[in-house]
Amino acid sequence: MDLNTTWFILIAILFIGYFFLEGFDFGVGILLPFVSKDDTDRRVVINTIGPFWDGNEVWLITAGGAMFAAFPHWYATLFSGFYLPLLLILVALILRAVGFEFRSKLQAAGWRRMSDHFIFFGSLIPAILWGVAFANIVRGVPIGEDMYYAGGFFNLLNPYALLGGAVSLLIFTLHGAVFLSLRTGGDVQARAHAVAKRIWMPGIVITLGFATSGYFVTDVHEQVGIIPGTLPLLAACGYIAIAVFLRMKLDGWAFAATSFTIVCGAAVLFQGLFPRVMVSSLNPDWHLTIYNASSSPLTLKVMLFVALFFVPIVLGYQAWSYYVFRKRLTRDAIPEH
Amino acid sequence: MDPLLLARWQFGITTVYHFIFVPLTLGLSVLVAIMQTFYYKTGDETYKKMTLFWGKLFVILFTLGVVTGIVQEFQFGMNWSGYSRFVGDIFGIPLAIEALTAFFIESTFIGLWLFGWNKLSKGLHLLCIWLVAFASNLSAIWILIANAWMQVPVGYVLRNDRAELADFVAIMLNERALAQIPHTIIAGFVTGGLFVLGISAWNLLHKHRSDMFLKSARIALVLTAVASLAAATTGHTQAQDTVKLQPMKLAAMEGLWETEAPASMSLFAIHDRENMTSRREFGIPYLLSILAHNNLTEEVVGMRDLQAEYEEKYGPGDYIPPVTVVYWSFRLMVGLGMLFIFLSIWGLVNWWRNRLDNNRLFLKVCLFMLFMPFLANTAGWTVAEMGRQPWVVYGLLKTKDGVSPIVGSGAIWISMTTFTLLYGALAALGFYLVHRFARPAKPGDRAADEPTDDSSGAHAY
Repeated sequence: MDLNTTWFILIAILFIGYFFLEGFDFGVGILLPFVSKDDTDRRVVINTIGPFWDGNEVWLITAGGAMFAAFPHWYATLFSGFYLPLLLILVALILRAVGFEFRSKLQAAGWRRMSDHFIFFGSLIPAILWGVAFANIVRGVPIGEDMYYAGGFFNLLNPYALLGGAVSLLIFTLHGAVFLSLRTGGDVQARAHAVAKRIWMPGIVITLGFATSGYFVTDVHEQVGIIPGTLPLLAACGYIAIAVFLRMKLDGWAFAATSFTIVCGAAVLFQGLFPRVMVSSLNPDWHLTIYNASSSPLTLKVMLFVALFFVPIVLGYQAWSYYVFRKRLTRDAIPEH
Repeated sequence: MDPLLLARWQFGITTVYHFIFVPLTLGLSVLVAIMQTFYYKTGDETYKKMTLFWGKLFVILFTLGVVTGIVQEFQFGMNWSGYSRFVGDIFGIPLAIEALTAFFIESTFIGLWLFGWNKLSKGLHLLCIWLVAFASNLSAIWILIANAWMQVPVGYVLRNDRAELADFVAIMLNERALAQIPHTIIAGFVTGGLFVLGISAWNLLHKHRSDMFLKSARIALVLTAVASLAAATTGHTQAQDTVKLQPMKLAAMEGLWETEAPASMSLFAIHDRENMTSRREFGIPYLLSILAHNNLTEEVVGMRDLQAEYEEKYGPGDYIPPVTVVYWSFRLMVGLGMLFIFLSIWGLVNWWRNRLDNNRLFLKVCLFMLFMPFLANTAGWTVAEMGRQPWVVYGLLKTKDGVSPIVGSGAIWISMTTFTLLYGALAALGFYLVHRFARPAKPGDRAADEPTDDSSGAHAY
C-alpha cells in the first residue's frame, strides 16, 4: 500500500470516527425537544454528552487539518467550493457549543429556551448537511481543469444529495436515541427507546432508497461491482441487529450496532470514492485523486509517523473518559439550578 | 467591493476576535492549575473556592476561544484556497499536529476536569487541569510555528508550483518561531495575570470575599511581574530577529525611510507613504541602533533602500507595508508593555507594605488595566501580520495571489457579515457572563453572593 492510499484511509478513519462520535451527540441534540418534559429532563439529556461533545468535535478539526496537510488540493477545492453549506455548518457548530456551555449559566427560562433552540438547530443542520456534502462528493460535482468547483450553491441541492442528507439525519438521530437509552434512566430512557424503535423503519427505507439511487446517479457500482461486497452487507446486518437489540432492550449492544452500521456505511462512501477524493462531473480527467491532490511524499511520510504515534494515545484517553463517565444519568444527578 | 479586500477583512476580524480569548486562556489555564495545586498541597478550602471561581470564568472564555477556533481551521480553504494549495505541503503539518496533539488533549481533559470533581481521585483531577493548561500552550506553539513559516519561510523547496517540504526539523526550529513563541505565550501569561489581578482588585475594592481575592491577587501579581518583564526581553529579542529576517517590517515599525547609522528612534511620527517620507518627532538618538543591534552606531536600513532592493529581486511592485498602522501598533504595544511592568512593580511595593488590599488607587488602576492586554495583544499581532504585507508568505506568495479565485464578493459578504454579527453577539454574551460571575456582591444580592453555584465541585450543564 503506497503512502497516498494510507493517507486516504487515515482521512477516511478521521471522518468515520467523527460521524460515529459526533453522530450520537448530533442525535442527542436533535432529540432534546422530543424526549424531555421539563428543564430537569433536558439537563439530563444534555449532560449525557457534557464531557464528550467537544472531544468528538475535534475529530472534525483533525480531519480538516489532516486533509490540509496530506491533500491540500482536496482541502482547497472542497471548502472553497462548498462555501455556503460549510458556512452554515460552522455557524451551527458555534451556536450549539454556546448552547451547551452557557445554557445552565443563567436561570432565566427565556435564555434556556433559546439555548435549546441553539442545540436543536445546531445539531440538526450539520446532521443533514454532512450527508448532503458527502453524497455530492461521491456523486460528483462540476470541477474544472483548474481543480476549482465550477458550480453554484444550488448544484449541491440535487435530489440524490438531499436524500443523503435525510439518511445522515435519520441515522444520527437513531444513533443518538440509542445512546440516550444507554446513558439515561427513567422516563427519558423510555422515551428515547421508543423514539429509536420508531425511527428504525423510516431509516431503513430512506437508506435503501439512497443506496438504490446510488446505482443510477453515481459510479459506485463500477467502483465496487454490482454486488457491492462486504462493507454494505455488514452495514445492513448491523442495521438489522439494531432492531433486534432494541427489542431485547440490550442498550449497550444496540449502541454497538448503530456504531457499527455508521462505521461500515461511511466506509462504503469512501470505498466508492477511492482512489478519487473529489469526483468531477465534467470530465473524468479532472477528478481530484489521491495522487494529483496530495502533498509531497516527504510530507506524507512525516505526517504518517506523527499520526501513528499520536492517534493510539488519543484513542486511549478518549476511551478512558467514556469509561469514567459510564454511569447512567438520572434526574437526581442534576443540581438544583 | 473587491473580494480580496473582503477576504482580508474577514480574516482580520475573525482572527483578531479569536485572539482576544486565546492569550487569556493561555495564562488563565495556568493560573487555575496553580490554584488547584495549592489546594491539592494544602487542603485549604479557600484554594478550592478560588479554583472553582476562576475555573468558571476560564470555561466561559475557553468556550469562546474554541467556537471561534473552529472557523480558523476551515477559513484557509474557504477564502484562501490559492494560499492553501501553495502552502498545504508545509503549513498543513503544524495545523494537523496541533489538532492531533493539543486540541484532543484540551477538549477531552476539560470535560474530565469539569465533570470529574467527584469521579476522579484528587491527584488525577489535578492532572486534568494541568493537561488542559499544557495543551493550550502547546497549541500556541504549533500555530506559531505555522505562522513563523509565513513570516520567514525555511526548509522548503519550490516544486510543482508550490512550496514543498524539504526539511521538517528546520521548520520546527525556525529561528522566527523560536523568537515569537516565547513572546506570544508570555504575553498570554501577562493577559491572564492582569485579568485575575483586575477582577480580584474589583472585589477587594468592595471588600467582597477578601481572603480569596487577596490570595488570587498575589498569585496573579507574581505571574504578571515575571511575565511582563519577560515579555519585554523576549520582545527585544524578537525585534532584533526582525532586523535580520524581515528588515522591511522593522523599518515600517519605525517609519524609517532612509537608512541611518547611527539610527534614532522616534516617539511620534506622521507618515506620508506617497512621497515616502515621515516627519519623525521626539527622536532619541542611537536608540534604534541599540535596540536593533545592541550597539551604538550600526546602521538600520530604511524602506527606500529595501524597496529598491526588493524591486530588483522580485520585480516591480510596492513592497512597503501600511506604515502608519504598523508604526502606531508597535508603539501601542510597547507602551502598554511598559505600563504593565510599572503596574507590577507598584503592586509588589504595595504587597511589601501590606497594602495590597487597601490601596484603593492601585486597585482601581488594576481594574482598568484588565482591558489593556487585549489591546496590546491585538497591536502586537497587527505589527506581525500587517508588517508582512504585501506578502502572505514572505518573499514567496503575495496576499493577492492567495485568495480563492472562485469565491465572489457576494459569498464573502455573507460570511463576513454572519461572523461579524455572530461574534459581536458572542462578545456581548461573554462579557455579560464574565461580568455577572466576577462582580462583587451587592448587599442582599444572593446570586452573586453565592461563592459558586457548585461549591461541591459537581459541575453539570
